[in-house]
Amino acid sequence: MARWGMVIDLDRCNGCQACETACRSENNIAVGGPQAAGEHRTISWMHVRTEIEGEWPDVRARFVPQPCMHCDRPPCTMVCPVQATSKDHEGIVNQIYARCIGCRYCANACPYTVKFFNWHAPVHPSSTEPGLNPDVSVRPVGVIEKCTFCSHRLQKAREVARADGRQLREHDYVPACADSCPTGAIVFGDLDDPSHRVAELARDPRAFRLQEGLGTQPKVFYLSRRD
Amino acid sequence: MTDLEIVSGLAQDERVLLMPLVRTTKTFWRWAIVMAAVAGWGAFAYVYQLSHGLGATGLNTPEYWGIYIICFVFFIGISHAGTLISAILRVANAEWRRSITRSAEFITVLVIGFGAVQPILDLGRPDRVLNVFLHAQAFSPLLWDVLSIGLYFTASSVYLYVPMIPDLARIRDLGLRPRALYAFLAIGYQDTPAARHTLERIIGILAIAVIPIAVSVHTVIGWIFALTLKPMWHSAIFGPYFVIGAIFSGIAALIIAMTILRRVYRLEAYFKDVHFNNMGLLLFVTTVLWFYFTFAEHLTVWYGGEASELATLYAKLTGDFAVPFWTMVACCFVVPFALMSRRATRNVAGTTIASIAVVIGMWLERFNIVVPTSLHPRIGAPPVHYIPSWVELSIMSGTLAGFILVYMVATKFFPIISIWEIQEGREKSVNEVSERVASYLPDDLAMVDS
Repeated sequence: MARWGMVIDLDRCNGCQACETACRSENNIAVGGPQAAGEHRTISWMHVRTEIEGEWPDVRARFVPQPCMHCDRPPCTMVCPVQATSKDHEGIVNQIYARCIGCRYCANACPYTVKFFNWHAPVHPSSTEPGLNPDVSVRPVGVIEKCTFCSHRLQKAREVARADGRQLREHDYVPACADSCPTGAIVFGDLDDPSHRVAELARDPRAFRLQEGLGTQPKVFYLSRRD
Repeated sequence: MTDLEIVSGLAQDERVLLMPLVRTTKTFWRWAIVMAAVAGWGAFAYVYQLSHGLGATGLNTPEYWGIYIICFVFFIGISHAGTLISAILRVANAEWRRSITRSAEFITVLVIGFGAVQPILDLGRPDRVLNVFLHAQAFSPLLWDVLSIGLYFTASSVYLYVPMIPDLARIRDLGLRPRALYAFLAIGYQDTPAARHTLERIIGILAIAVIPIAVSVHTVIGWIFALTLKPMWHSAIFGPYFVIGAIFSGIAALIIAMTILRRVYRLEAYFKDVHFNNMGLLLFVTTVLWFYFTFAEHLTVWYGGEASELATLYAKLTGDFAVPFWTMVACCFVVPFALMSRRATRNVAGTTIASIAVVIGMWLERFNIVVPTSLHPRIGAPPVHYIPSWVELSIMSGTLAGFILVYMVATKFFPIISIWEIQEGREKSVNEVSERVASYLPDDLAMVDS
């Protein structure tokens, strides 16, 4: 049984936000425009945060691309009153948009602020319509959404592998953000399979996870010479 | 004979206490129209929100919860006035309760619905609210909340209704209108000593059963916050802290209701100075308890010194939320402590002023719990504030007005002071109490030895 996870090498990330853009178009994320940005209601399943520490001239800055952490002990799934979010048997924390009642308890329970609410009815400008991804459902107003590790790509890869009569290989299933990263900072794979690069990198001495002390056991690891 | 003539011919207790049922003043109608208008405006605001989505609120990405959840905690807190206080006073055999319990129980039953509806107003998909039952997830504190509030509403409705049966039977026998309503509600009760005995036994059981249910309601509401990992929410003290806060605001709401009822229905002889003094003492005790819990909570956060907890704490003490925080301290502690610690100010005016301060302060307390924490997530400080929209403020006003309206209407159909319990107090309790006090006194040694 696979345990899907991600390693993001912060020493390689140059903050280009290709991952954000790829995620947007892959996952049919609504275009909020300046209004949503002003109201702080934009949706970005993958979000490149800028961390700035210290004061000038002793400033250290870095980019931290942040998807859903797909915690092994997710605080968000515990609190959902209708089981609209849960961790599947391969460790991916999923969302059932058609069941969510929009109470936003999971968004409050998440210590990483990576769950997004559809405050307004989502807008997809007509120019983007031909590019909508038919494999990903468009969310209605009033529900929570978040990064799914592009689990629709896993379904597809598994079907292809089955048709070819073979096992799933390491590069068959890669989320859009990892696919698009020009510096190869984002590595994806099975954390429990020692032949996968992600499993090796997760044990790297540079590896750490966000808010590790909370005990949420995220499956997104970061690599950095600092920290 | 008209209803008014029937009631005018009765002896004092029944005449005074049934008068609101048969005589309605112009002032009543004026206030009722104002309240109905405000409630209607709130309903319009909700329809607006339904068609525009929750985007019509001032909420945003880390500030997922706002006015609706604040009002949810606030109104459910107010609902603790009634049933819990009434049950405690009954169980403790506090004789001064007799004129207070009914008005208190009405607050509970009528406000709890307005409180319970707030999280539904807050839902992104209110059309799917039944999923809470269809896809129930037993580990969610929200589900526990639905269950405990449902149980509390049921228990407190029964606890309001059962002690009202003898009064309803009396009204049925007097033939007041609407006759069908009173005949139905009186369920064929005849006021015989045997019936009265059974009734009092049932009330005794209900009063005890309802106390743990009431405690569970606000404990679970506290847990909704405490069971997340958020700074200043994740606190083991929240269950009991919320229960104390609820009783605190509940007592204050009850005092305000007593003051208004006393004035508009000329009930000075029933809500006497001693009632306000005793309620004032209860308010004093809960003031001190509230301070103790609040101090313990904030000291623990400050001493622990965890970065994200401290950021939230200092936002309250000296930062963006200093005004609501220190106003809360003034309203919840300074004002009620100053007024309620002295006998001279534990009169009608003093307790009412303290109570108004407490109700405002307890609303602010819930604001200070919900908003500063939301705006200080562990990751990613948001560049925004939370400013409630007109929709949220309208729905809040509408909720309050709706509660006042149904309470006003209830006083027109049901005696707001229990008539039979007052009469029982006059006829039986005076003797019972002197016997009870005699039984507290030391026995005669000569008698014990033999």
